[in-house]
Amino acid sequence: MGKYIEDGLTAYRMKAKSEKISVPRPHRIKPLNLERGIEWLLKLSAAIAILAIVLITVFIFARGIPLIFKTGLIDFIFNLKWSPSHGSYGIATMLVGSLVITLSSLIWAVPLGILSAIFMAEVAPSRIGNLLGRLVELLAGIPSVVFGFFGLIVIVPFIRSHLGGNGMSVLAGAIILGIMILPTIISISRDSILTVPKEYKEGSLALGATHIQSISGVILPAARSGIITAVVLGMGRAIGETMAVVMVTGNSTIIPGSILSPVRTMTSNIVLEMGYAAGDHQAALFATGAVLFIFIVILNLVVSFSIKAGKNYAN
Amino acid sequence: MLTNNTREKLIKAFLWLSGLIIVAILFIIIAYIAIKGVSAINLDFILEAPRRAGKEGGIWTTIVSTVYLTLVSLLIAVPIGVGSAIHLEEYALRRSWFANLVNLTAETLAGIPSIVFGLFGFVFFVIFLQMGWSIISGSLTMAIMILPTITRTAQEAILAVPAEYRENSLALGASKWQTISRVVLPSAVPGIITGIILSIGRAVGETAALILTAGSSLGMPGGLLDPARTMSVHLYILAMEGISMDRAFGTAFLIIVLIVIINYLANLSLCRMSQVSRQI
Amino acid sequence: MKYLKLKSENIKVFYKDFQALYDVNMDIQEKRVTALIGPSGCGKSTFLRTINRLNELIEGTRTEGQIYLDEEPIYEKDRDVVGLRRKVGMVFQKPSVFPMSIYENVAYGPRIHGIKDRNRLSEIVERSLKAANLWNEISDRLNSPAARLSGGQQQRLVIARVLAVEPEVILMDEPASALDPISTSRLEDLIGELKKNYTIVIVTHNMQQAARISDYTGFFLNGHLVEFSRTDELFVNPRDKRTEDYITGRFG
Repeated sequence: MGKYIEDGLTAYRMKAKSEKISVPRPHRIKPLNLERGIEWLLKLSAAIAILAIVLITVFIFARGIPLIFKTGLIDFIFNLKWSPSHGSYGIATMLVGSLVITLSSLIWAVPLGILSAIFMAEVAPSRIGNLLGRLVELLAGIPSVVFGFFGLIVIVPFIRSHLGGNGMSVLAGAIILGIMILPTIISISRDSILTVPKEYKEGSLALGATHIQSISGVILPAARSGIITAVVLGMGRAIGETMAVVMVTGNSTIIPGSILSPVRTMTSNIVLEMGYAAGDHQAALFATGAVLFIFIVILNLVVSFSIKAGKNYAN
Repeated sequence: MLTNNTREKLIKAFLWLSGLIIVAILFIIIAYIAIKGVSAINLDFILEAPRRAGKEGGIWTTIVSTVYLTLVSLLIAVPIGVGSAIHLEEYALRRSWFANLVNLTAETLAGIPSIVFGLFGFVFFVIFLQMGWSIISGSLTMAIMILPTITRTAQEAILAVPAEYRENSLALGASKWQTISRVVLPSAVPGIITGIILSIGRAVGETAALILTAGSSLGMPGGLLDPARTMSVHLYILAMEGISMDRAFGTAFLIIVLIVIINYLANLSLCRMSQVSRQI
Repeated sequence: MKYLKLKSENIKVFYKDFQALYDVNMDIQEKRVTALIGPSGCGKSTFLRTINRLNELIEGTRTEGQIYLDEEPIYEKDRDVVGLRRKVGMVFQKPSVFPMSIYENVAYGPRIHGIKDRNRLSEIVERSLKAANLWNEISDRLNSPAARLSGGQQQRLVIARVLAVEPEVILMDEPASALDPISTSRLEDLIGELKKNYTIVIVTHNMQQAARISDYTGFFLNGHLVEFSRTDELFVNPRDKRTEDYITGRFG
């Protein structure tokens, strides 16, 4: 290679000077095989993500679906009795548990999250807004097991002594889960509020609207799809959350009668029983995982749909 | 009826309040665990192996397991994630079906709850590939979980490298791979590091997936095929089985300290990233 | 003694449906400066980038026709593009130094072409920086980041980086457009020196510059090469009405 620079160049120039000599075809400097090989290797690494998702789907469904066929889909989903020792695998109580916990955490976390997103993006001085943004990031980084631990030693005893029951409850789960999904709701809503074109706000202010009127009348509608995305993603995180919930909700397989009664979610069920489950019991846990998986995929579809809708709206 | 002005002020006060609540929540959690946890922490707690299922002794083996697991999962996920980012940004035609599919799967992977990864890791790595509850099963599962983060941050970093660098390098007769490996990737390093730091945070905190794949043995892991209990799993078991609340507080506090440090480093490297792009 | 270094034959370039160049035929002499002028969007830069096949980096670009470098066709299926770009260096509009030291910037080309010996690299770096009239200003801080140099220095560094690969042809795409007048005049002096050893093709929007530094000038308009001749002829006695309008500033 270097040789070409040293000798080839001078030799070539001498020939070129005598004009008539035809210049030899330049030889290939480097075989392109290395380049091709690397290109394929890179493509292969990109394919691993696809492979992973295919394997995840196939293995979880392959392990779980046969049991659903065995018990029947209706029975699996609507049967209130989860009693592996008696061969009864109904996940209705856990399905309801997951939904109840998720919705009750959304009830308070969504309004608070959106309000603080508005605060950070529109009302707070930018230094405070940015500082808060960092704190929210920190909140997002705290592991769920730490939240669960905090719930177990602070929230649960608090409920027990002030509201009654043993404290392990829907309410405790809703409080802890709500805190955990706040960062998701806040940061995505805030980003979507910040990307609303300045002109919208200025146009509204120029018409004599107050700042708050401009926020509610112009900015929030324009950021709507981002906020919906934030809520749906928060919901996904809540449904899928495991460790924090398992530590504070008491985990009884009953339909919760009040916010103070204990409850078990689908995720808790898996982590609690996987350690010792075998045979059909284990398959039933995988089937629970499959149901969870379907929920998450549906939520993801809703998100991509709402992002698309947002793009149309912006146009 | 309130006048417009008072209403405006009231609503703004309300918005300030909601911001304050967020700060208060974070502050209460961290302060509570710090105050209760700091007294449990001393050098022995950190450097001694746990005894009697964690009732006595320290948490040294769980720290080693956490580091071990995190490193192995990074070793697996970083080359794949960065490689796939290079493919998507430098080689794949925009809007090719393959690139679209990879992006879509990365998004989907990012949304899957960790317990589902745990189930998969259990049935695939632990049972099907017969790796058992082990560091390697846990790391492979963890690697899939952090893959989207690493890919996405690397993609963004590569995208931020000015097109002129590539043109200049190619015009000097460099091949495509020479251009990528010597000019593009070095410029993208801060972004890739950000992704790595974020992934470390996730690995340190992960619990559900690791209980099902790495097991919960308290022993010191010797090799890739040994089971292991990370700090987060240890905290869960200490608290749930009421083994030792003191030690649970100490472990929780150490985890929070780690997360704060990781968060700080991530911000630092993000700052450096934007500085680099400003220089250009 | 004139030697035909480059010859373009019916070059057409398409960006998807848009045709950017129409049948450009041009003979470029060795060790001369050939200037390409014309209003923006006329195709002069596109033509420049056909010579080192850099248009191919843009998705959806198609080139027809042929360019001969030393009588060798460059648009051929198994043509080694990397080797071509080594022979045909390019200086871009915006000086784009790599985020490395001054030394590493210049050594980049020789390194990728396989030179590992430290002494030889240093020698090449010094020779190239001297040839680019930059050595005296920066010889004491070769290891400092190249991004700290001034705009004019960066542009000469980029030229040194090109020279280090020992090209035969240097393409320049409006190399002075981001420079102040003093840096521009130093650059023009440098071009005058470089043409002793290199064939230079330069795109410029500055007609005075073209008149000052070039031996041949081509005038492009809407993708057509309207006129191509010796610079003194083109500026004094343009044959085409459109060229005359353009160089006298009557171009609307």
